[in-house]
Amino acid sequence: MEIQAKSADRNLMLTFIGDLDHHGARNALRELEQAVDAALPKNLVLDMSGVTFMDSSGIALILRAQQRMQLLDGNVCVCNVPAQARRVLDAAAIGRLVTIK
Amino acid sequence: MKTKASNEVTLEFPSRSSNEGFARAAVACFAAQMDPTLNELEDIKTAVSEAVTNAIVHGYPESIGKVLVKARICPGNVLELTVKDRGRGIPDVDKARQPMFTTGGEERSGMGFTIMESFMDQLTVRSALGRGTTVTMKKKLAPRMKAGK
Ligand SMILES: Nc1ncnc2c1ncn2[C@@H]1O[C@H](COP(=O)(O)OP(=O)(O)OP(=O)(O)O)[C@@H](O)[C@H]1O
Ligand SMILES: [Mg+2]
Repeated sequence: MEIQAKSADRNLMLTFIGDLDHHGARNALRELEQAVDAALPKNLVLDMSGVTFMDSSGIALILRAQQRMQLLDGNVCVCNVPAQARRVLDAAAIGRLVTIK
Repeated sequence: MKTKASNEVTLEFPSRSSNEGFARAAVACFAAQMDPTLNELEDIKTAVSEAVTNAIVHGYPESIGKVLVKARICPGNVLELTVKDRGRGIPDVDKARQPMFTTGGEERSGMGFTIMESFMDQLTVRSALGRGTTVTMKKKLAPRMKAGK
């Protein structure tokens, strides 16, 4: 799993590439926190377009991102979610907690 | 009690996280002979991933132990999956199955069992403290037109 960060004007976009499972995500939480702390964004976009597989490990990551952004009074949006990952988010009803586009 | 399987496979591997992807792919490969839809195949992979990750993360939190995955094709186009560890065990299974319940800290969400339940038709969890956990899941695949065998 690789995370690419792009930031401009306090907007941070993190693009996830690869399998977002326990193995793939083992460094992802730290990387996400570091990227957010460095950019201090108003808006955080989690771009899932490169995710080849996701399980509950991805849910934990999205929820942690949401908590981090709440501390900064900012927003999180989960975008470009592939079908398999979308069904995982729906099964866990994550759409009630985080904006999914 | 045990239904007769027309085909079955057993995998055994050490509880290293790099085996999560292997277990998913191996079970998906085995299930391919049932002619599943892409959605069914993805659901199966997701359920395997949740159960295997639990064995690795919670079953053997501080050691490397053996994880067993069995896949069986049962009458009525039913896939039965069993994921077993001989690890720590679950003190209260009903509580563990509740959505959002986790002992895993900030890297876990407590949604694994909920996802297994929603992606498979049946989920059974047997566990004994200090002895290990066995998760059995069943999914009936939609009948599909087959051109003979
Ligand atoms: N194989 C196992 N051995 C020991 N305990 C387990 C096992 N599987 C599950 N548990 C216990 O059940 C709880 C709930 O499991 P579940 O998969 O629903 O959530 P999680 O693993 O904590 O988080 P997530 O799956 O969302 O990453 C776990 O936190 C753990 O306490
Ligand atoms: Mg789990």
